[in-house]
Amino acid sequence: MTDFIQTAPGRTLENVAQDHYIPAEAPFSAVIRKSQTIRIEDTYGQQAVDTLFYNAEDFSERYSNQDTMREQGAAYISTGTRIISNEGRVMLTMTADSCGRHDTSAGACSCESNTVRFGHQTRYLHACRDNFVLEVSKHGMSKRDIVPNINFFMNVPIEPSGEMTIVDGISGPGDYVELKAEMDILLVISNCPQINNPCNGFDPTPIRVLVWDSEI
Amino acid sequence: MTRVRRSPQDIAANRARYEEHQKKGLEYAPKALPGTSPLPAPEIAPDKIIHREVIPGGWYWSTHINKHEVFRVSLDSGFSTLSLIAWSAAETSERLNLPDTMKVQWTTVLGKGRVIFSDMGRVMFSVTEDSSGAHDGVVGGSTSGSNAARYGEGTRNTRDNLILLATKAGLDKRDIPPALALFAPVRVDRNGAFAWKPELLHEGDYVELRAEMDMIVGFSNCPHALNPDTVYRPNPVTVTRIAATEPRSGDLCRTATAEAVRGFENNARAAV
Repeated sequence: MTDFIQTAPGRTLENVAQDHYIPAEAPFSAVIRKSQTIRIEDTYGQQAVDTLFYNAEDFSERYSNQDTMREQGAAYISTGTRIISNEGRVMLTMTADSCGRHDTSAGACSCESNTVRFGHQTRYLHACRDNFVLEVSKHGMSKRDIVPNINFFMNVPIEPSGEMTIVDGISGPGDYVELKAEMDILLVISNCPQINNPCNGFDPTPIRVLVWDSEI
Repeated sequence: MTRVRRSPQDIAANRARYEEHQKKGLEYAPKALPGTSPLPAPEIAPDKIIHREVIPGGWYWSTHINKHEVFRVSLDSGFSTLSLIAWSAAETSERLNLPDTMKVQWTTVLGKGRVIFSDMGRVMFSVTEDSSGAHDGVVGGSTSGSNAARYGEGTRNTRDNLILLATKAGLDKRDIPPALALFAPVRVDRNGAFAWKPELLHEGDYVELRAEMDMIVGFSNCPHALNPDTVYRPNPVTVTRIAATEPRSGDLCRTATAEAVRGFENNARAAV
């Protein structure tokens, strides 16, 4: 666990609007208001944080990984990336990134895909898609509302040959991303419980989510 | 602050197992695949043709397909990109899932011998023939915004086409998964940037997709957003629905990779 890292002179733990501790393997959701800044902190390092965004006023508008990649012309996301919705609008902008490598091609683990990737003996392991279903169900949504997500701090290099593989994450304790909300957002997280690949060093750890108001 | 800490022994065992899967997926599996199908495409016996649809440039089409029937998608009228989405006919919340399709097969390149997965770990399509290997599961279809940026206002786009066909199937925009763009030669360079590789395409290219469950399938024939051509000129694309034939034992798509074998085991279990 790391100490608080100050990324802007005014941003302190005293004036934070939301401060959430998310246990290893757990789901989470929160509403973020337009112009607030979200920090997602990989507290212990090497922890994939599976994340979805919905327009808080109209859940049928939601994160689109294909539109986000197309609009920035690249498969990975980092500082400056505009998070694009299925309606082609900017939902958030990534304003800071101390890690430098995040995936949005590989989606979330599921009980079902785990059987294909790692063998049928892995079916009865907790997985991100189950976390997402449970969390969006609190907001009146269902499995059909779960779209391919962002995997913050997950390292999925795609080679010119097409090779796509999950390798060890490069995030260390305290690494963070910051995103400025460009509309009111429902943030949904699965703090990935996967233990069959290196997305979290085979050992899931807690994360922290902090939110500051616009003037800070 | 309670959490289950994995023991170093567990972590080491899981890492070793992952690395074994990775080695098979990255090194052995590609060697089991046959490469691209030869051109020209063979004739289809007329009595095997259930339906033939020529989708005009800019337009969409959707249809049902039954298990073991085959779509041949062919560029008989010149180059175009055809985007595809699919839902299980029995349960439409089960749908095409490209992230799973790519990551479980360790590749973004989906050619002959590969399979296409649903979000429930089951195989929707087998790619039984493919002359190009030039398809895009990463960036997918065009939108009104991407079209406007390239061609100005007033051209048809894939996002709107998919809303139309989904709605006519009794679904809505919440049901639209990311699309697979057939005949879109997109690759990712070492920095993560996208490259358009027209040299991967050939005249008369075709792909055959064998349905592995009963499905609703939607197509949209619009230029890919990364196609550098600044003139909007999608050609018609021919989709031929071919009568079912039972896959033979040792079928390439069912046996080429361990992941496909396990995927088809999921199909079989779901059918019980």
